[in-house]
Amino acid sequence: MWRDHLTEIIVFSVLFLLVSVMGFVAARWRAPKDMAHLDEWGLGGRSFGGWITWFLVGGDLYTAYTFVAVPALMFGAGAAGFFAVPYTIVIYPLVFLVLVRLWSVSHRHGFVTPADFVRNRFDSPVLALLIAITGIVATMPYIALQLVGIEAVLKTMGVTGDNALARHLPIIIAFAILAAYTYQSGLRAPALIAFVKDSLIYIVILVAIVYLPYKLGGWGDIFAAADAKFDASPNPNDGILLNGNNQLQYVTLALGSALALFLYPHSITGVLASRNRDVIKRNMSALPAYSLLLGLIALLGYMAIAAGVKPLPGNSAGSVDNNTIVPLLFDQQFPDWFAGVAYAAIGIGALVPAAIMSIAAANLFTRNIYKEYLKRDASPAQEANVSKITSLVVKVGAVACIVFLDPQFSIDLQLIGGVIILQTLPAVALGLYTRWFHRTGLIAGWAVGMGLGMWMLYQVASPTRKHFGGSAFPLSEFGFDTTRTIYVGIVAVAVNLAVAALVTLALRAAKVEEGVDGTEPDDYFADEGDPRVTPGADRDADSAREPVA
Amino acid sequence: MAAPEPEAPTTAPTRAKDHSPWNWLLFIPIVVPLIPAFFNGDSPRVFGFPRFYWLQLAFILLGVGTTTLVYQMTKKRGGR
Repeated sequence: MWRDHLTEIIVFSVLFLLVSVMGFVAARWRAPKDMAHLDEWGLGGRSFGGWITWFLVGGDLYTAYTFVAVPALMFGAGAAGFFAVPYTIVIYPLVFLVLVRLWSVSHRHGFVTPADFVRNRFDSPVLALLIAITGIVATMPYIALQLVGIEAVLKTMGVTGDNALARHLPIIIAFAILAAYTYQSGLRAPALIAFVKDSLIYIVILVAIVYLPYKLGGWGDIFAAADAKFDASPNPNDGILLNGNNQLQYVTLALGSALALFLYPHSITGVLASRNRDVIKRNMSALPAYSLLLGLIALLGYMAIAAGVKPLPGNSAGSVDNNTIVPLLFDQQFPDWFAGVAYAAIGIGALVPAAIMSIAAANLFTRNIYKEYLKRDASPAQEANVSKITSLVVKVGAVACIVFLDPQFSIDLQLIGGVIILQTLPAVALGLYTRWFHRTGLIAGWAVGMGLGMWMLYQVASPTRKHFGGSAFPLSEFGFDTTRTIYVGIVAVAVNLAVAALVTLALRAAKVEEGVDGTEPDDYFADEGDPRVTPGADRDADSAREPVA
Repeated sequence: MAAPEPEAPTTAPTRAKDHSPWNWLLFIPIVVPLIPAFFNGDSPRVFGFPRFYWLQLAFILLGVGTTTLVYQMTKKRGGR
């Protein structure tokens, strides 16, 4: 089995080890005076310039799972899988408008997480705790999914075993190495590794989109093969174009996913680590290069159809694992050594986001649970230490999810993750623009949005499953006479907003105490060099409100 | 500041920085890629790509162009 793939395994292992060494060396890269500070370990000193931010955020948002799952979706369902392209177009103008303000206010007040901001803005530790827990819960399965990406590669190389432990041993080793260098180097490790990861991915994809269509008879033939496959399938909603039923789902999924992506703690960590507002704004013009890459990667799904790739069997008998189609396509079409490079690109591509996600989740725990509820007078060094240990715990948890639970469970959780992280939109994103909402109204909206989102996801059936079968909710369930579907997250967040607004009006009429805003309008435009920018020093809302003189 | 308000808030000039009308342009690349009527069709084909695929890939350029323009126009000391 694995002996047939020896060249691939050697190339993969060598590149993987090279990257691991880089991860450890990263601690000395742009070394700070004092690493024992959460700003240094968890945000790379808030000092990253344009290039580093480009690689870091690109490596962060476009994960290994994306690279494996999007073509798998195209392979299975056709046009509906292409939502990844509008999704990653829409996100950048949104970041340009919204997250730049978060960067400014965070820089001036030393915020590390979105929940820090919410606590200060709405004067509500409870709301901040909810935001932090939502972020951690949404991020955990996302880390686990990165392992699914590596597993698809290992499976194709024949690295499997008879029992669960043998099968998962390579992943456990990979994650142990990742955990060790993230512990030591913090955000600097994924920032440095992202250079290698993204360079490899760009090379592989450029070769793939030139070489594969040439081998497979051109783009016309590739689309014709995909069209023929979907015509023959019994599913009415697949095809190389959308139909009347799934257009609304396509658009709401693209918008909802974009809104969710920039609310994820790991995206915010990447943005907050940049040096100034200009770095972020310039990156919003440069990051779409990755969207182009993703669009081309999505089309690998159709190339796999044209090449006649048959996915490997899944975990349960009779099922197939569509996630293996891209690795199989490379194995079938490329020389062994280049397939090895491609596999390394996917494998390393899993490490960068996994590291950033675990750092982001660890920061949330440290700042909004540990410091808020367990040890209020924690020093910056203690904060950094707790974050480092939490990042280890988070990774162990992710590995345990994959080893002991059905990977399908992680995929379900990730589906839920996108819907629940959207419920932080009113407090985090709208909170950056207005303090009109009452803190209790936001809590009420969050609770209702969560409940509704869960219920809707539970109701979605797929051909193989009764519940949690996807995120396309049939509008007929609401009593509309239509076969159209809509993305669950958009409905849940709309209801969340409506509830938050109604409760706010009611509380205001009843004159319920609203707390004090710890930020000033001016904070949202602060930039590098601003005399009042005090990274890491001003940790307490109350000190900021002390009358001057 | 057309109306000579005697008590104009002193923060107004700073606020204006992020309230540039150029920012409204950013809604174009948010809204256009979300209208399926534009791209949900097969013809015309470009290099064998149905319109659904090449037009959505082209929207990436629309996004890049708009964010670049807005950045240049709202840069510090630039667009005022």
